[in-house]
Amino acid sequence: MFGYSMGDIGNIMIMQGFSGLSMFTVLLLMALGLAIIFGQMGVINMAHGEFMTIGAYTTVMLSKVAATYGFVNYYFLIAIVLAFILAFALGYFVEFIMIRHLYKRPLDTLLATWGLSLVMQQAFRSSFGAKEMSAELPEWMLGSFKPTPDIDIPINGVFVMVLALLVTAGVYIFMYRSRWGLRVRATVQNRVMAGAVGINTKKVDRVTFALGCGIAGVAGAAFTTIASTGPTTGTLYIVDSFMVVVFGGAASLMGTIASAFGIAQAQSILQFFMTSSMGKVTTLLVIVGILMMKPEGLFASKLRK
Amino acid sequence: MSTLNRRGFMKAGGALVGALLAAGLITTNAFAADFPTAKVNTTGLAVTDTTVKVGILHSATGTMAISETGSIQAEKLAIDQINAMGGILGRKIEVIQEDGASDWPTFAEKAKKLLASDKVAAVMGCWTSASRKAVLPVFEKENGLLFYPTFYEGLEQSKNVFYTGQEATQQVIAGLDWIAKEKKAKTFYLIGSDYIWPRTSMKIARKHIEKNLKGSVVGEEYIALGDTQFGSVINKIKLKKPDVIYAAVVGGSNVAWFKQLNAAGLNSTKQTMLTISVTEDEVLGIGGENLAGFYSAMKYFQSQDNPANKKFVAEFKKKWGAKSVIGDVTQAAYLGPWLYKAAVERAGSFDVDKVQAALPGYELKDAPEGPVTVEKNHHLTTKLRIGQWQKDGQAKVVYTSGYIKPDPFPKGYQ
Repeated sequence: MFGYSMGDIGNIMIMQGFSGLSMFTVLLLMALGLAIIFGQMGVINMAHGEFMTIGAYTTVMLSKVAATYGFVNYYFLIAIVLAFILAFALGYFVEFIMIRHLYKRPLDTLLATWGLSLVMQQAFRSSFGAKEMSAELPEWMLGSFKPTPDIDIPINGVFVMVLALLVTAGVYIFMYRSRWGLRVRATVQNRVMAGAVGINTKKVDRVTFALGCGIAGVAGAAFTTIASTGPTTGTLYIVDSFMVVVFGGAASLMGTIASAFGIAQAQSILQFFMTSSMGKVTTLLVIVGILMMKPEGLFASKLRK
Repeated sequence: MSTLNRRGFMKAGGALVGALLAAGLITTNAFAADFPTAKVNTTGLAVTDTTVKVGILHSATGTMAISETGSIQAEKLAIDQINAMGGILGRKIEVIQEDGASDWPTFAEKAKKLLASDKVAAVMGCWTSASRKAVLPVFEKENGLLFYPTFYEGLEQSKNVFYTGQEATQQVIAGLDWIAKEKKAKTFYLIGSDYIWPRTSMKIARKHIEKNLKGSVVGEEYIALGDTQFGSVINKIKLKKPDVIYAAVVGGSNVAWFKQLNAAGLNSTKQTMLTISVTEDEVLGIGGENLAGFYSAMKYFQSQDNPANKKFVAEFKKKWGAKSVIGDVTQAAYLGPWLYKAAVERAGSFDVDKVQAALPGYELKDAPEGPVTVEKNHHLTTKLRIGQWQKDGQAKVVYTSGYIKPDPFPKGYQ
């Protein structure tokens, strides 16, 4: 078939299947934090990418410390936790000084958070330098896992995949199985009523926003294994993140998962059979087409209008 | 010493001065008084009896700051060194630095400010082709002088610009010749970011591979700028099994490309790759372990072993920190002020027209990369070098070509 042996084609199909799944988990991890902030709170956070960058820089800096003190093999797990804490803390602070004043003016949040993203980029540039950096990866995370001599499964891809599944499960449990999640959902559905039954809606807002930022930090830490760390790294992710959340339907976790899966598979398969740019363009066209028919996204929340 | 009488001493001294004059070295000590301002500046540039204003126009903020910071540092170092030697025609260089902010209209606006209101005598600047194209009409209208450092796609020649980096044929052809011969490569997979420089370079590469090397191109792929997912592309490459991957991926994508390539098992023990978009600067982001064994085709590598380069590297690190690295473009930017100084001294004038006419034919002997000559088409004749990347982020130079004349409008390659 096309001059390739069946064995070759079989191997490529397996690796291609994995690369589709891997792209799915990358998109999912990118979008989860945003799904909470944009989906639950309706805040358009243009600085989402920069919160990822915080996670990425945390990892790079910790890797330097780890190299000095000789704990390179397991610093990455610490980096993920630290990335979450730092991004969470900054998110908490940003909500307090900026976002909470703008809840009634969604378009102004767009501008304000975009401004915030520029400020953060320049802050990264001033403190870490304009050049890109790389985290020193532990030995076990390099290279590929080989079930047969001709099949390579990237280990960093598996790592991102496992992490994405854990974070998704965590978000699900938090949102749908915990008292905090209950309060968040109550606040989203009816803020006044939630306040009336004794929920501190302002605190709920702050924690929700910070949580979204924290998850972005985790994503940024994970992406140091597959992509770059520089002051403008966040801009590489922001468009894809919004695309996944909007396409999935803003207020639904399932929607985000389904949309990340759909976009990743379409893009991965199209890029294999077409050229890379054309694959991306075609995916975007299909998304635009579907959004024209279903403006609320794949899984619109059922609201009485 | 006792045999050296006064006459002999004078003779020897005279010969020495003569030799220095011939080498053009002593002119740096010329007093400004020998070149009265009214004579050396007839067009109203910002040249006084003691100073000359020169502009630096790069992005210090925004996306491109990653790349352009090195150029700014190199230009400032060269200017400091020139001033320490007494300046140009006895005049100290005063730098006016403007920030293009990675935004092309801003570049044009700042170029206009530098030329029309600051009246700078020359500008060191721009990095991307887009920014150069944006300022070009301004330089032509105001009759300014631009020294442009980046290796680029060619297809341009302006009397107002000197191009201190390589144009595409200088970088592409000799590199492909080397890899075809050295690695007996017949099949090539071309991959680049989706904009003019990679596309023009790949066009030249394809023509050269098919016509002159009798090889074949088994895939040609362009990645959207900023794309970070390479899974499908890598699988395609695995299916096609090319002898050589020829790559020109830039920016954040570049880092993702190498990291994912390695993770997919395509490291240098299994795959030969020659890239034209990785310098020491990019290695910081990609990580030496992801690059080790792959090749870059550049005109300069920091590890080059010659006295001029050793001095340059030492002084660069002294000024900008021991950890700083120097890539191809940074070195090319370093040449700009030196070429300008030479041109003014050859012309005996700061007037732009005279400076333009005086520079072609000049050979800069002690450039860190080795001697370069300015050609009539305002590009440099240089050598191409192939570096093999090592884990520590430096390249080992494994091949140096002969001198390659610049050919910005290559016939048969367009």
